[in-house]
Formats: sequence, structure tokens, C-alpha cells
Amino acid sequence: MKEIGIENIDELFLDVPERFRLKRRLELPSPTSEYKVKSHIESQLARNKTSRDIIAFLGAGCWPHYVPAVVKSITQRTEFLTSYTPYQPEISQGMLQLLFEYQSMICELTNMDVANSSLYDWASGLGEAARMAMRLTNRREILVPRIIDPDRLATLKTYIAPAGMSIQKIDYERYTGQLSVDDLEARISDKTAAVYIENPSYLGLIETRNDEVAKVAHESAALFVVGVDPISLGLLKPPGDYGADIVIGEGQPLGNYMNFGGPLLGVFACRGDMSMIRQMPGRIIGMTTTRDGMSRGYSMVLQTREQHIRRHKATSNICTNESLCAAAAAAYLALLGPNGLKELGETILLKSHYAMKRLSEVGGIRVPIFHAPHFKEFTMSLSSGRVDNVHEQLLRYNLHGGKNISKEFPELGEAALYCVTETISKSDIDALVNAFTEILLEGAS
Amino acid sequence: MPGFRQTRWSEPTVFELGCEGRSGYLVPPIENPIKEELGDIQIFIPERMRRQEPPKLPELSEVEVVRHFTRLSQMNYCVDLGFYPLGSCTMKYNPKINDYLASLPSLNLLHPYQDEMTVQGVLEILHTLSRWLAEITGTYEVSLQPAAGAHGEFLGALIMRAYHMLSDDLSERTELIIPDSAHGTNPASAAMAGFKAIIVPSDKTGCIDVDALKSAVSNQTAGLMLTNPNTLGIFEENIAEIAGIIHDVNGLLYYDGANLNAILGKVRPGDMGFDIVHINIHKTFGAPHGGGGPGAGPLGVSEELAKFLPVPRIIVEDGKYRLDYNQPHSIGKIRSFYGNISVLIRAYAYILSLGAEGLKETAEISVLNTNYLIKKIRELDVYKLPYDSKRPRKHECVFSTKPLLEEKGIRTIDISKRLLDYGIHSPTIYFPMIVEEAMMIEPTESFEKEELDRFVEVLRKIAQEVKTNPELVFQAPKNTAVTRLDEMKASHPKTMTLSWRMHIKGQSNL
Repeated sequence: MKEIGIENIDELFLDVPERFRLKRRLELPSPTSEYKVKSHIESQLARNKTSRDIIAFLGAGCWPHYVPAVVKSITQRTEFLTSYTPYQPEISQGMLQLLFEYQSMICELTNMDVANSSLYDWASGLGEAARMAMRLTNRREILVPRIIDPDRLATLKTYIAPAGMSIQKIDYERYTGQLSVDDLEARISDKTAAVYIENPSYLGLIETRNDEVAKVAHESAALFVVGVDPISLGLLKPPGDYGADIVIGEGQPLGNYMNFGGPLLGVFACRGDMSMIRQMPGRIIGMTTTRDGMSRGYSMVLQTREQHIRRHKATSNICTNESLCAAAAAAYLALLGPNGLKELGETILLKSHYAMKRLSEVGGIRVPIFHAPHFKEFTMSLSSGRVDNVHEQLLRYNLHGGKNISKEFPELGEAALYCVTETISKSDIDALVNAFTEILLEGAS
Repeated sequence: MPGFRQTRWSEPTVFELGCEGRSGYLVPPIENPIKEELGDIQIFIPERMRRQEPPKLPELSEVEVVRHFTRLSQMNYCVDLGFYPLGSCTMKYNPKINDYLASLPSLNLLHPYQDEMTVQGVLEILHTLSRWLAEITGTYEVSLQPAAGAHGEFLGALIMRAYHMLSDDLSERTELIIPDSAHGTNPASAAMAGFKAIIVPSDKTGCIDVDALKSAVSNQTAGLMLTNPNTLGIFEENIAEIAGIIHDVNGLLYYDGANLNAILGKVRPGDMGFDIVHINIHKTFGAPHGGGGPGAGPLGVSEELAKFLPVPRIIVEDGKYRLDYNQPHSIGKIRSFYGNISVLIRAYAYILSLGAEGLKETAEISVLNTNYLIKKIRELDVYKLPYDSKRPRKHECVFSTKPLLEEKGIRTIDISKRLLDYGIHSPTIYFPMIVEEAMMIEPTESFEKEELDRFVEVLRKIAQEVKTNPELVFQAPKNTAVTRLDEMKASHPKTMTLSWRMHIKGQSNL
């Protein structure tokens, strides 16, 4: 203060109009010691029940996968954790190379040419994909499956409404739950900017007619956008193999904790033609060389698409993204490799089918509702009684039922969406089956 | 003065490491009875939906993975290593205890759809945090959902839409006014929300030109987006008049919270007349930026606008916390679930640690540091401080290196690269666009006088180098993991390499 010639710090705030200056103390706690902060927050959080206390069969957009210790140790490295967006590439090569590797692994996984370095989550990624399709096709309608996460659909609506875009829903086959190609054909027109499907779908179904869907979309000069759970792609055909133009998805399963639903990781990839790349939202890292051409290096590229250069003409307003979650995904995929990912897929597939099989033997419930191949998630409906009541009783067994979807899809009756990952053991599933048997017997008697 | 030499590994990409068949992770096994009961896995996935060729992912052992990424980390500068005066990014120290708390299993392992009674602990923390943020910003209610500042801006602009839609005049309210000194996200967010961005110039003092604002305002004005202090670090003194101009035409006033650090506990956006305020948790409230994210961009609004906030809202009833979806006027959803919780928990810990007094001190020290730097840099008599130099700046200041360009052809980018050689991260450069050869410096409260002095000393040395050995500055950096990169080549359609497979394809085409 002496150096700059002031005696009171408030001299630096004299340009704040007198009447606006805050003349009281903020109504906040007093400064608190680290010890007290730690014990307070620990005890607050200890009131939660986690998957250590109750076995939860919840998925629906955020899934309980195991996070290997290696992944956590890499993302907690202070060099990654406490750095900013790599605006100065020469001093930020570590994060840049890592994100380039993340993008490259997403390309391999989805069989697409280009991926960005992350968006916020799957839902906002869907909004961005729809707007990108609008810019590319100059059309304003997007077709989405009727079986879709209502929150994802709501987010899509929010993202596209200001652009004057509209949504049509494509119906599903009543027996299989899969997308109705007939209904798609009936609805598609020269107004359609994009046809969007999810695979596996929101209710865990594997879509099997994607080649046809791609053909229908492309014949109308619409883009084909596919949403994926990337953890399924060690086992399932990648969208690039069945004609996808844009692939989006939720990257949280790849080495990221659930954290009560955030942060998540918006995966975004597309075909490699320049017209598409130029319309892509989000940050992209590229490989280049030093100016003298002597060594390889990495930097952010095509920044003229982005808000800090292009301002109101940018492809998106996104700035801060989910880089560290992408870093976790990169470490996770590098650790598992193609074989690990395939084995993991098989484990999830078998465990979820075991749960389906055992639950289908319990009287009074129907599992699964649809006759189609499933991955990781499946539906259950009650022949009588209410899902909420049954789930309340399950809690007494330290079991947490799946997501109640009765209101989302009234035509399915009292129904829920169950999820089984590699973190669920056979005995967990058996416990669920036993609990269901007891609860439903009690209800019947 | 300590020297600097960044670690320089010639680290191949992860695709060039390892060998076929190797894996770093043992998948939890499928119990034998399950296998026996179900039999062949093939029956569950029809042939045509099975992956035919395995993805070409790397095949590494666990230790190879650790080594690779640890090496990469050593080639990444961060705030824990040193001075990081990146303007408008508020690169302050990120307290370690907050990272610890964000990594507790009692948070990490929570599913967002768990029964509300099993997540009362986290709901209470989030609810309390939103009340604290409302108090700090002088707003009525805060939504914690936006994942980043720009996400908050988008939500804010959507709320403006919803407000005018409800007043039945959205078809006329097509314009959002934004000063020319604004962050790039402002016009981009406005455009995403369907508004036309109307840019108003700054006046000679660096503040928004009030006369120009008056003539820009009309019945088509939906609102104004403003950051105060602005990106020059100057406090918009005429804020009362500005707010009056906007409110007189029933427009809404939006506060871009990127520069909130300067005014914590000193003056509140809500009191200045702002109706909508976003907060950058990863700037002002000490959450680490993670090399680009995740951040969190909560949005506070006035009482009148609270009904438009996204669902669910966290409410408390009879001492129990609930997620309330029953909000007919809500704009709906802007993302899945409820926000970037592990980032928000750090803000809770940060505010609790510092308390009301600490937050106020944060603003004061950050402003003091800026003005100390201004004094010292001006004494060098090289770099120019545009706009009224007698006015104190707030959290940041903008210098111009134009004299060096005119004298020796050295540009701001060269100065910024030379700074890296001394182990100092570059300030934000070429922003705001209203200043030529701009260098935007934000010291934050986290650096001591010695560190600030060292920064000034380095700026002095660089100015001298420009005079005696400009080539040294033009060739910089040389102490970083790589020397100056060819960014033209990186973005050129012919040489652009955006993925490993593009690299392989490019090579085979040679």
C-alpha cells in the first residue's frame, strides 16, 4: 500500500458508487479452520448412503462402474488438476498430448475420424449435435426415438428452441421396443436435419436395424446421429460401421465417478470432411510440429470456430469443458485396451442377463418388458402394486431399485429401469431376487 | 532469480507404446455359476450387431500407463508451479483440503437418482451453498446446474427469453446489447439463445459509452450483458445509469461473473441492479480448472425470475431436502442431473474456510496486487497502460506492448512466449480486442510481493532483450518442453492432424 501511495485499501474502491458499497458483513460463516471444515463436511457427507451401504441397481445416464486406482492417481496429478485451458501450447504439452490421445481413442472406439476434446455431457451434446445438423443441412427438424431419457429430451428442447428447430418422435415396435423403421420412413421429409438414435437405447435395448435407419436418413439427405454408451463398444458394433455422421454419448463410465450426477463427459465425434469439422462445437487438439519442424507438438486447432475468436458467429459458446474427465477416460481406455474393454463388456452383458433371467422367474413381475437383445440395463414391470412401494421395501434390505419410469412411459404400466454393471456381484443379484420374491409374496398375501 | 527448464520427454503417443496382447487391468470375473447358467455369450448379441474388429486402442501394462501419463504431466505448467497471471481466468491457489473433500467416497459413489432420504447430506450442502452464493451476489435464488460460465450465460439468456415470452413480447425482443470489451462467450451465448448481439463501443475512459448505449436501446432490447469491473479491470462507475436505461425499456441486466473476484464482500451485483448473475466456481471460488474443466457456473437471479430456473430446484420442507420438478414456468433442463457436484463441494469448503472476512480480503488483496503491478510495470516505461492511468484497476489490468512492435517488430505473442522461458505463464493476450497488442494481467490474491516483483523484473529483462537481442525473444520459448509451435500448420486443411488415425492415414498418403 505504501508503494502505491494509499493508506486504506478502500481508496482502491472509491470508484464504486457510494450507495452500492456493501456496508455490512456478508451473512456467511466466520473463517473456519481446515480441521473443522474437514470434519464438518466429512460428517455431512457421511449422512449419505452410497453403494458401500446399499446395493443400487441404478443407471439411466450415470452408471456405477469401477474406477481403477491408476486413473484416479493420474487425474489427481497437480500438473493436470491446477492448470488452465492450454492457451500456451509450448508450456502445456502434457495436457494437449493427453487430450489428443483422448480424441484419438474416441475415434477408434466409435470408428469416426474426428472427436473434440469434450462437451459438458451427453444431453447438452445432443443439443449441440442438433444445431450442428441444422447448420449443415439448413433444415430445422430433428427426429428422435420415443424411447429417450426425458431429461436428455428436455435438454435438447432447450438447446434447439431458440434456433427455431422442432422435434418429432419416432415410435418403437411394441414387441421389441426397438425403433420402428416404418414410422421413421413415414415421418422423415426434406425438412429433417437429422435422425437421432441411441444404441443401446435408454431402456438398455440393442438396436439391430441401424443400417436401414442410416439408409433412410441419408436418402433424405439428413444426417445420422448416434448416441452411445462408450463402454459397450468393446463388444458392440461401432456407429462408424453403420453410417453415423455424428456420434455423441456419455463418457462418465470411462473412469469417472458418479459424483451425484456431475461432472459428466460429453463425447462428440464426427466424420472427417472439412465441412463437418468446421461446424463442430468445442475445442479440438491437433498434432503439429515446432516452427523449425524438428519435433512433434500439440496445440488447439481451428479456433476460428470458437467464441473467443468468432464471437457471435461461433459454432458454440462453450469455453470451459470437461478436460479432466476426458483425461480420466484416456487413462481408463489406455489401461483396459481392446481386450480389457471387450472382457468388461462381456462381464456386464452376462451379469445383466443373469439378473434378467433370475428376476424373470419371480412371480408378479415381468423382466424384461421387451423382446430384444439388452446390454447393462433392462426394464421390469409389476403386474400389480406400485414401483415406489416395492422400492421402499427394498431399501429395508439395503437394496436400491432401478429408476422408476412409470410416469415416463405410462404405456408400460408400473415399470422401472434396472442396471447391472461389473460392480454388482452374483450374490447382490441373488439378494435382489430373494427380496423381490419375499416382497411380492407378502404383497400377494 | 530461480531459473526454469521444463521437463522435456520425447514421449511417443500412447499408440506407439506397449505391445499386442498386453493389458493393464484385470476385469472383475464373471462368477462360474453365472457362466454355467447362461452358457454361450454369443446368443445375447446378434451377429450383425457385434463388433467385428476390436478397436485399435493401445495395449499397455499398468506401469506403462502410469509412466506415460506421469511423463506427460511433467510437461504441463500449473498454478502449483508458479505465477499464472492469465487475465479473466483468476488462476488462484486451489486449496488441497478441497480436493481431498471432493474425493470422498461418500460423494464419489452417490447416484443422482438415489432416494432423496439417502442423499440428505449432499443435498443440504448444495442447498446451503446456493444460499451463500445468493448472499454473495445479492440475488434471490441460485441454480447450481450450469457446468461452466458459458453454460450459465446460455441459461441466463434463456431466462431472458422466457421472461419476455411470458410478457408476450419476445417476437420484438430480439436484441441483446453487449459492450465491445466483453468476453467472447457473451455474444456467442446471446446468439445461441436466439438473440442478435448488438455491440456498443467503449468510451475514452474504457467504460461502456453511455450515449452509444442510449441510442442502441429500443423496444427490441431484451437486455444487456455486462461484466463489472470490465475486462480492462475498470469499474463501470455509471452502472446506476446503465441499469436505469435498460430497465426503462423493460430489459434485463446480466452480470458476467468472470470478474467477480474483485468485488467479493465489497459490492454485490444484485445491489447494482443486475437481474441475472453467473458465477465461475473454478475462478472465484478456488476450484481447480483441470486443464480446461470441469468447472461450474451457477446462476443467480432476482425474485421475479426465480420461477424460470431449471428443474429440479433443491428445496427444504420440514427439515428435509427435496428435488422439486414442479415448476411450470421453468425453462426446463440445460443438462443431465443437478450440476458439477464435485466442483461445487469445493466452493462450499472454500467459502466455509475463508468466511465473510476472508472473501472480502480476497477481493482487497487481488485488487491491491493489481495496482501494485501497475505501478511497478509503469515504472519500467516500456509497456503502455491504455485508458485513464490514474484510475485504480480492480482484479486485472491491460497493458499494451505496442511500443515494442513499433520499435523492433516484436509482438505481444513473442513477449508472452519469452515469459514462458522464465517459468511464468503468459498473461491473456490480444484480449480485450479494443486494445492493440494487449496483455491482460490478473495476479489474483494468491501471489506474494516477491513473486510480483519477480514478474516485473522479468518484464524489464524482456524489454531489454528486445532492444539488445530481439532474435532471442522472437525465437522464444526455448526452455519449455517444445519450442515455438507451428500453429498455422496445425490448423491448415492439408496438414491438419486431429487424431492418431488421421496421422496414420496422412503418412500412408505420402
